[in-house]
Amino acid sequence: MTESLLELSGLTKYFPVMGGLVFKRQVGRVHAVDGVDLTVGAGEALGLVGESGCGKSTTGRLVARLLEPSGGTIRYNGQDISHASRRELKPIRSEIQMIFQDPYSSLNPRHTVGTIISGPMEVNGIQPPGGRQKRVRELLETVGLNPEHYNRFPHEFSGGQRQRIGVARALALEPKLIVADEPVSALDVSIQAQVVNLLQQLQRDLGIAFLFIAHDLAVVRHVSQRVAVMYLGKIVEVGDRQSIYERPRHPYTHALLSAVPEVELPEDGVGTERIRLAGDVPSPIDPPSGCRFRTRCWKAQDKCAAEEPPLIQITGNHEGHLTACHFPEEPTVHGDQEIVLDPALA
Amino acid sequence: MFRFFVRRVIGAAVILLIISAVTFFLFYAIPRDPARAFCGKICPPQNLILIRHNLGMDEPLFVQYWHWLVGIFTGRDLVQFGQCDAPCLGYSFATQESVFSAIIDRFPVTISVTMGAAVVFLSFGIITGMIAAWQQGRPLDKIASTTSVIGASLQIYFVGPIVVFFVVDSMGLLPRPSYIPFTEDPLGWFVHLLIPWVVLSIIFTANYTRMTRSVMVEQLAEDYVRTARAKGMSSRTVFLRFAWRGAMIPIVTIFGVDLATLFGGAIITEQTFTLHGIGELAVRAVQNTDLPMLLGVTLVGAFSIVVLNIVVDVLYAFIDPRVRLA
Amino acid sequence: MTTVTWDREPATPRGPGPFLSVRDLSVQFSTEDGIVHAVDRLSFDLEKGTTLGIVGESGSGKSVSNLSILGLHDKAHTKIGGEIWLEDQELVSASRSTLERLRGNRVAMIFQDPLTSLSPYHTVGRQISEVFRKHKGASKAESRARAIEMLDRVGIPQAKTRLEDYPHQFSGGMRQRVMIAMALVCDPDLLIADEPTTALDVTVQAQILDLLKDLQQDFGTSIILITHDLGVVAKTVHNVLVMYAGRAIEQGTVQQVLREPHHPYTWGLLASMPKLNSNVDLPLLPVRGTPPSLLNPPSGCPFHPRCDYRDLVGPDLCSTERPELSPADGHRDACYLTLAQKREIFNGKIKERL
Repeated sequence: MTESLLELSGLTKYFPVMGGLVFKRQVGRVHAVDGVDLTVGAGEALGLVGESGCGKSTTGRLVARLLEPSGGTIRYNGQDISHASRRELKPIRSEIQMIFQDPYSSLNPRHTVGTIISGPMEVNGIQPPGGRQKRVRELLETVGLNPEHYNRFPHEFSGGQRQRIGVARALALEPKLIVADEPVSALDVSIQAQVVNLLQQLQRDLGIAFLFIAHDLAVVRHVSQRVAVMYLGKIVEVGDRQSIYERPRHPYTHALLSAVPEVELPEDGVGTERIRLAGDVPSPIDPPSGCRFRTRCWKAQDKCAAEEPPLIQITGNHEGHLTACHFPEEPTVHGDQEIVLDPALA
Repeated sequence: MFRFFVRRVIGAAVILLIISAVTFFLFYAIPRDPARAFCGKICPPQNLILIRHNLGMDEPLFVQYWHWLVGIFTGRDLVQFGQCDAPCLGYSFATQESVFSAIIDRFPVTISVTMGAAVVFLSFGIITGMIAAWQQGRPLDKIASTTSVIGASLQIYFVGPIVVFFVVDSMGLLPRPSYIPFTEDPLGWFVHLLIPWVVLSIIFTANYTRMTRSVMVEQLAEDYVRTARAKGMSSRTVFLRFAWRGAMIPIVTIFGVDLATLFGGAIITEQTFTLHGIGELAVRAVQNTDLPMLLGVTLVGAFSIVVLNIVVDVLYAFIDPRVRLA
Repeated sequence: MTTVTWDREPATPRGPGPFLSVRDLSVQFSTEDGIVHAVDRLSFDLEKGTTLGIVGESGSGKSVSNLSILGLHDKAHTKIGGEIWLEDQELVSASRSTLERLRGNRVAMIFQDPLTSLSPYHTVGRQISEVFRKHKGASKAESRARAIEMLDRVGIPQAKTRLEDYPHQFSGGMRQRVMIAMALVCDPDLLIADEPTTALDVTVQAQILDLLKDLQQDFGTSIILITHDLGVVAKTVHNVLVMYAGRAIEQGTVQQVLREPHHPYTWGLLASMPKLNSNVDLPLLPVRGTPPSLLNPPSGCPFHPRCDYRDLVGPDLCSTERPELSPADGHRDACYLTLAQKREIFNGKIKERL
């Protein structure tokens, strides 16, 4: 494995839940991220998938240090930045950039595209050879926009183009790591593909490491070399792309993959497998004991409630494919299982 | 629900405490000595000291405040004025009358004027706003919108005298505004307060028309209202049961704020119509550097607003289950 | 503001035909910026008990066309042309009271976001039972019993007690089940589902889609499923209608459209979607450019500015003259390429990239 650029260990983030009679006091906490271990190698794209509320976006924000962790460490290039001060973070901020989901609200509507993209250079006092304007034009070209549009405003662009502007801004400081938080999920299908291609190409050509956060498993597969699956604040499975998508061992990963609506017709033979979980994800304020997935798992036994499964390499897995499960699945997805837990479908 | 209520009441008590303390200590920041007013034109220094002592003003400020505060609950014995029963707010420096009874005398006047006006402008404002929303974009809507802009830009001390001049002096349609206790003569109470109510309402109705219209239009575009229509609910049901329910929340919110304005505005209203309410009392207390009266009036004003805000909060909980069950 | 004038042809009574027939439906909104041509001469039929998937991106007119079936569009700023026949009832010209009797009763609808689509101020029990009371004239007790039955049927545990709960006390997936229960309470002939799973998580989406299929078999309801996701379509529908810029550009059975798509835009949609088994070393094949503004839609074929194959057709045809859906029946598409060209391009270039 390549030397790791980013290393998260035991990372936690709790958000307080306030309540109380007269004076507000903490009555509980949201376990948004609860003990996450992850590494991202230099130039590597790691996909982080999970359903809403699993903590994937919070993890992204912690990595970019938009939030301060409640516990655990974030190491960037060997340096512990978990509680680094604003001043200590300054040099690192230019190396870790973020791309957001909503291209509409993350760009200042009163600034021209030129100002927006050169903003990070200005803040960091960077004077590229040939001047900032030239660099901005280059960046616009890199992300597939017309350099002549330097003086236009965000509202003159379509959604996909705005997301390209966001990408160009992230690239302005030649980052080593980009945290992309659902960068394509607000876009139409045909536009989504354009941005996916762009990100994939940037990752390959510029050697930038990506933490690619998304709920769409097919998109994540397309842009990530390694994939981590999150559920209720914990990583339940992580491994290289092929291993995760073709030999998932965690029942949740399996169920997720089985639930993806594929453009394949039933009579095509593949995808006859049907796993239907019951209900929704439980509340992260009061997560289940032991294995957090056990309340929706068809394999759950007493042990799952009592003991939290460690994230380990289990026998039969590829190197680096870790699973947190007491009763892992057979390493294949090409079965014709029919697991239906939903009472309405039984 | 009960916890919610208790929490609000405790919060209110804290607010009242802070307001009275701030008023008390601010008063002493004013460079005027009330003892001198008691002392008369020629004032020997020893008299002044005696008066200060009798008024309790020779003690440290915190002690004075503490006595005043305790007096509200237990009553106190004042050297200058004698026994003062709980709830004791002291005696006026200027008129020597009991602050509490002065306020009790005048409280019904202010409440009658403000609450009566509130009933009028709420009903008119909401009804016209609803009609405007129902008739959205049609002539009735435009008329309502235009008149409400005019109404909102008027001032009571301008409209008040004009209305009194025409309705009372020229045409003699209504008697000159004054306060007749409701318990003595309900009809007289109503007739004599009609002008202040209407004048206050001209100004506030306009606001509520505009606001009701805009929140109704907003609510009518909500997804859940569309669902109600998609279910086949009649337009009237959609309008009254679904959209109106959501529109009530912002209206109640603004009403809570406006109540404070109305109370504060009582000073101007009562001056305009020469009514003898709490507002007039407040003006006089300021003119006379009358600390007990000023404190009493401030406290009662704050108390009324705080109570009404609790009522508003309870209303919220009734309207919106998300508040109730949170 | 601009005013729109519209000549409506007189509605003519029709003989027995398909269960739902939309004929030359046009919808235009007047906005401050001008007239939005949201739907442009759209026609489709729906047979009883089948599911039609209407696929398109945002602004393709897929939602608007269906809101107008129920008369739920904003009447003050909308002009509607064409006809919508629900068996022997014409809906575009129908009176308000006729539509009110129809909605929630014979034709029901579910929406994308169940949180905002349910009233936060009323219990779910009330929201479900009031539909039944209104249309079936049932008593309070009857409609309550029916609401419990429906909640139970859509898989809400302890239906009896949950009846008294408010929408915010349910999870996202459960809320959508409440919506479905509410829509099906009067056993409608037609259910219009507008992006019913877009706001939901993948595992919940799969449950809801299965539930809809299951309920369709039980109730025999016809369904129009509006979605942007071809994957959802593949799993749920019998027939597909692909919309672009307010027009139908391809229509056929799900097998025809997904296995052998004819229209270049459909190719683009399919090739844009990453799949769980596609080759990740090849980039996706997106549609270039951006969707057109419906304030000023392109002349001719609305897709021509983004189309890679217009040169095969001839000099100016695509940009000047609008292609109509052809042939008259079966697998239809609106494109000037010959069938042989379409097959050649799809089999030669596109298929391997899917």
